[in-house]
Amino acid sequence: MNSTLLLNISRFILLLAVQIVIFNNMNFLGYIIPLPYILFIILYPVNGNRSGLLLASFLLGLTMDLFSNSGGIHATACLVLAYVRPTIFKFSFGVSYEYQTIKLNDVLTPERFSFILMSVVIHHITLFILEAFQVSFFWDILLRTVLSTVFTIISCIIIIYLIKPNKR
Amino acid sequence: MQQIFNFIFKNSSRLLFLLLLCISFLLTIQAHSYHKSKIISSANFLSGGVYEKINNVSEYLNLRSQNDALALENARLKSMLFKTKDSAAIKNFMNLKVELPEDVVVSKVIHNSYNVHENFLTLNSGSLQGIKPDMGVVNNLGLVGIIDKTSPKYSTVISILNVRSQINAKIKKSNHFGSLVWNGKSTGFVQLIDVPRLASVRKGDTIVTGGQSVIFPENINIGTIEKIYIDNKTNYYTLDIKLFNDMTNLGHVYIIKSKDRDELNNLEKGKKDE
Repeated sequence: MNSTLLLNISRFILLLAVQIVIFNNMNFLGYIIPLPYILFIILYPVNGNRSGLLLASFLLGLTMDLFSNSGGIHATACLVLAYVRPTIFKFSFGVSYEYQTIKLNDVLTPERFSFILMSVVIHHITLFILEAFQVSFFWDILLRTVLSTVFTIISCIIIIYLIKPNKR
Repeated sequence: MQQIFNFIFKNSSRLLFLLLLCISFLLTIQAHSYHKSKIISSANFLSGGVYEKINNVSEYLNLRSQNDALALENARLKSMLFKTKDSAAIKNFMNLKVELPEDVVVSKVIHNSYNVHENFLTLNSGSLQGIKPDMGVVNNLGLVGIIDKTSPKYSTVISILNVRSQINAKIKKSNHFGSLVWNGKSTGFVQLIDVPRLASVRKGDTIVTGGQSVIFPENINIGTIEKIYIDNKTNYYTLDIKLFNDMTNLGHVYIIKSKDRDELNNLEKGKKDE
């Protein structure tokens, strides 16, 4: 129990640091930023404390907002993702997902991929709609969402393969 | 009573979600409303400190281009000095006790964003250096933005690449005024809207700041006209302006402290109260 908590705290800090130092300075085509920091919410233990996840993802998003001067958009998007996470689990792994031992940071299977895809899409759509807040940018938002989703998923999968923890 | 507690315990995570959602929505809406200082900004010891550390490292990567820019500016100032009829008079001017209307503080950009619709910069000087919200920020090539929020050591700047920024500007040749806005598309171009149809505009004309605001002194370079449209709804010109500045590569900037500002603000406030 204690080691899970420590693992999550270190993941929180490390992912934020990597996001701010490296990925925020990455600009493909001028406006595409991969956001792999949401891996924290994706990789959170399946049967972990739900209120804890909500609070942690709120703090995660708020810290991102602090660094990118964006009000509360990252906080909202992270919160929405954390709240609908059980539904996405149900969608990807079947109804009885709670009784399986799901390990997300392992070899990529269609279920795991669909879970990551759904999570990233939900997070990004919330984020970019809130970011523009103006209907006149509709197509622009759609384009950004699609492109950023692709790059976020690629970076997420790379990170998962890089930090695959030793079998416990 | 017990039923209420039961309800709260049963739905604790949902209630927590709604509470946090309200807070984050409030923060978002508050940040989107114009002319309100934000609660969450990167002018604080945490993000300011981290950005300064990162900048200390990444600064070395573009030392060459910064050096070139400084050398160019030096050359330009030198040539201005040589062109004056009596260069000895310059020295006396420096010693004059005359109060200059503007004071300039040099500062460094420690974080620069240009890839979203609302872009902000973070500078490494703050209220300890006498910087206050609504001061103008320029660099050697031209306009950069307006100070938004300050903390003791850091401050944030609303970049001109922010769909919410609106700055008074004019065509240098003809003195016709317009508003400088950004349509959120390209980092190299901004738009000058509401230019009257009477104005004679030509591609390549220079756009400078107008003297109608207290934030910027008059005649600071912004860019050149690239494209001319006529707005169908208002029948005013809309001009695409190519910036002199490369907003994606900013090093040192100058913050303009206008000494007349308080006086002017007080005067205008008094006018409104009447």
